[in-house]
Amino acid sequence: MKLTLKIWRQDGPSQKGGLAAYPMDDVSPDMSFLEVMDMLNEQLIARGERPIAFDHDCREGICGSCGFMISGEAHGPVKLTTTCQLFMRHFRDGDTIIAEPFRSRAFPIIKDLVVDRSALDKIVQAGGFISARTGSAPDANAMLIPKDKADRAMDAAACIGCGACVAVCPNGSAMLFTAAKIGHLGLLPQGQPERRQRALRMVNKMDELGFGACSNHGECEAVCPKGISIDFIACMNRDYMRASATETMEPVKRV
Amino acid sequence: MQLTVKDMTRIFSFSRTNVGSKVVLAATGAVIFLFLIGHMLGNLQIFEGPERLNAYAALLKSTGKLLWGARIMLLVAVTLHIVTAAKVTLANWRARPVGYTCKKNIETSYAARTMIITGPLVFLYVAYHLMMFTLLKTGPEYSETDVYANVVAAFKMPVISGVYIVAMLILGAHLYHGIWSMLQTVGIGNSRYRRLRRTVAPAVAIVIAAGYIAIPVAVLAGIVK
Ligand code: HEM
Ligand code: SF4
Ligand code: FES
Repeated sequence: MKLTLKIWRQDGPSQKGGLAAYPMDDVSPDMSFLEVMDMLNEQLIARGERPIAFDHDCREGICGSCGFMISGEAHGPVKLTTTCQLFMRHFRDGDTIIAEPFRSRAFPIIKDLVVDRSALDKIVQAGGFISARTGSAPDANAMLIPKDKADRAMDAAACIGCGACVAVCPNGSAMLFTAAKIGHLGLLPQGQPERRQRALRMVNKMDELGFGACSNHGECEAVCPKGISIDFIACMNRDYMRASATETMEPVKRV
Repeated sequence: MQLTVKDMTRIFSFSRTNVGSKVVLAATGAVIFLFLIGHMLGNLQIFEGPERLNAYAALLKSTGKLLWGARIMLLVAVTLHIVTAAKVTLANWRARPVGYTCKKNIETSYAARTMIITGPLVFLYVAYHLMMFTLLKTGPEYSETDVYANVVAAFKMPVISGVYIVAMLILGAHLYHGIWSMLQTVGIGNSRYRRLRRTVAPAVAIVIAAGYIAIPVAVLAGIVK
């Protein structure tokens, strides 16, 4: 396949960036998008140019490291797929593909396609945990969990924190990510003791970090590689309303 | 139930958060939405003839305090809706300062993306509408008691009818996204009800817009005279 890649190049956080075009020959339809990027980087290095910076780790769709906008869609045109699992057979010979970094005030660009997504970690640090007894492992079936609850909690827990939801949201909102984390813990008995404090801490953290509000566009769900449902946003709003009515946020106690 | 200062501060700080602002928008939107339905049903009595509509108008006026209570509630709801909508929209723009060279819209609708345009347009229309019929009474051949005649005289003018119809279409667009959005915001959203977004929400929006638009159309067509 012959392709033209138009890729966002930016030397550093405060430098000006722009799209640069790279014509590519001999792209195999069986290559993943990141393998094409590897091939391009080898050519750039051979020509003595700076290779393109992009994030990746597992390359099997489970870690959430990879991800950028591919021709206007986060993780590209295939549903329920991360960038590393996007194969070139979904493109046509002669296509021009535009690759841009995820954009949001809370995700500053570091270099080229790499953005700083540590804001998502900060949301989790604010309350995405449960307090558990240490010591020997608890008995496997000591705590009964209904199958439907366990299934829904797993659906939410599938979030890999890639940030695609934030990237495509016209409001740069992290509601889907946060809702997945809150929903996952809030559905299980282990998550109950801190449920209300968790909602307050994580949602307030999200506001504090400069993410926008949810206008219910639904773009996040459409691009989420793990198919997280915006139902979880509705659940999170309910949790947050209940918590706001009954509690005041307490700081996390470090022990 | 007595609201203490502490409760008030709590409500106020909640309304300043991102989720809280959206709940305020949903609640105030719901109040305005209920008014719109009531107002539409009232107006549609025009099809029952002048006596019926004029009697209804007289009845409204005679309730005095009740009418003022409703007006004040609406005024508060509209003010909070506008102030909060402006605040949320500005915050949302700040959260996405840089756009994409290429961005596809997959799930969002045109109505959803233009809420901050349709909202103020509806407001402008309402201001003009109130001037014509309630405040300045600038409508053609205005009469205090013959509401029916006022409406017919106004809508006989194609410009007035035209502006009205366009305004109601814009209102319909705001409602199309608004109805779905408020349910989702307050947590009624759920995959089982998700059909709401693409079926029930537009259906309700169309019924409301059509209910209002029926009147100028009927006047222009000579059905109501
Ligand atoms: C006829 C009057 C109106 C009705 C019935 C109405 C109703 C609604 C409803 C139900 C929502 C959804 C709330 C939510 O998502 O939780 C909404 C959102 C919104 N309204 Fe209105 N509204 C009206 C007038 C206005 C006006 C005058 C403005 C002017 C600023 C406005 C601006 C907005 C905006 C910007 C949003 C979306 C906020 C967001 O990004 O989520 N609306 N409206
Ligand atoms: S909710 Fe989906 S899109 Fe958002 S971070 Fe998690 S996996 Fe990525
Ligand atoms: S590299 Fe791990 S999900 Fe793509």
